[in-house]
Amino acid sequence: MNINATLIGQSIAFLVFVIITMKYVWPPIMAALEERKQKIADGLAAAERGKHEQELAEKRATEVIAEAKAQAQEIISKADKRASEIVEEAKDNARAEGERLLTAANAEIEQEVNRAKEGLRSQVASLAVAGAGRVLSKEIDSKAHDDMLKDLVAQI
Amino acid sequence: MAGTSTEYIKHHLTNMTYGQKADGSWGFAQSAQEAADMGFWSFHVDTLGWSVFLGLVFLFVFRRVAASIAKQDVNAAPSGMQNFVEWVIEFIDDSVRGSFSGKNPVVAPLALTVFFWILLMNFMDLVPVDWIPALAGQIGEAYFGVPAEHVYFKVVPTTDINATMGLALGVFWLILYYSVKMKGVGGFIGELTLHPFPPKAIITIPFNLFLEGVSLISKPVSLALRLFGNLYAGEMIFILIAIMFGGGYALAATAGGLQLLWALFHILIIFLQAFIFMTLTIVYLDMAHQTDH
Repeated sequence: MNINATLIGQSIAFLVFVIITMKYVWPPIMAALEERKQKIADGLAAAERGKHEQELAEKRATEVIAEAKAQAQEIISKADKRASEIVEEAKDNARAEGERLLTAANAEIEQEVNRAKEGLRSQVASLAVAGAGRVLSKEIDSKAHDDMLKDLVAQI
Repeated sequence: MAGTSTEYIKHHLTNMTYGQKADGSWGFAQSAQEAADMGFWSFHVDTLGWSVFLGLVFLFVFRRVAASIAKQDVNAAPSGMQNFVEWVIEFIDDSVRGSFSGKNPVVAPLALTVFFWILLMNFMDLVPVDWIPALAGQIGEAYFGVPAEHVYFKVVPTTDINATMGLALGVFWLILYYSVKMKGVGGFIGELTLHPFPPKAIITIPFNLFLEGVSLISKPVSLALRLFGNLYAGEMIFILIAIMFGGGYALAATAGGLQLLWALFHILIIFLQAFIFMTLTIVYLDMAHQTDH
């Protein structure tokens, strides 16, 4: 166990190794590790942000759905109201129309009755004239008795 | 096994030393005595070779990942060696963040180098003690004409005090450099002389200098000796267990069990010592950066 110049050689080798490690080994590896660490941190932050955004979006979606539901409800109730209104209106219209038709029919019927009465009257008059003619066995000058016949018709 | 147990142990504890021999020529020491006689200007070729090789292994593995990671898509999942490297880097980065309060781009790479290099060097301790030295002996005898028992080869660089002291001194220079850089020369001298006793009398200054000097010097010394002592002792026990293999079937079986147990336990020491060396390096540098004295 002798102390000798090996000591110096060893010191020099040591310092050379340290310098090489310092220049060519440590910095690139450390830089890569830092970069990876940064990337992982960024990734985690992005994931956190994404989660947060998702929560917000979910909340927003619930709000939108609730709003839409309310709107739909409103539309339905409006539509209901409108429908009942339309039904009412239609009913009114129908009623009015019915009444109108009824009145028209009544008028027509009355007209028809009048016309029939008129016809009957004239027929009765002519029948009566014919009857009377036969009864009297004597031709009655229809022209001579026209005034009388007309008077008779007006009395029926 | 050649020679006695003492010779075996001594053989295992001697480094392959290159230096100037007694006759003035340069070459490898043929004995422990000759290695010791070479004085300061000699080199432990095995220690330097293995530590540089392991350091290059470390750099190769980490640099390959560093090169590929830069080109890689950020979204790609890391796999294989990259996972391991990233895990080590993050472990070191956490340790540095935990112990080092200042900002200095040198400290973390330094801690990584210290930790992983020492870890690899320590791991050589788990290779059975005779494998590589025996191989080296065979190669020496076959190709260099040196008798195998004269080929010394220590595989674990951290069981050589030169290696651990070299590391500790490297850290020590950094402590001095950053102390001066952060506090200025005056501030550093003030730190060494005006604490722990306030300078009411002139006598406290040399006293303070002595106390602070001891605590300063003790940093690299304790770093070096702790690592060296732990690994040297571990290696020693592996060698002693290895001797038992030559003592008959019963002892060999016991030795096998012991070696397994000690190796398992030693894994803990390997990691722990590398970690302690790294942590203390960070702490010492943190102290060097403290300016609030």
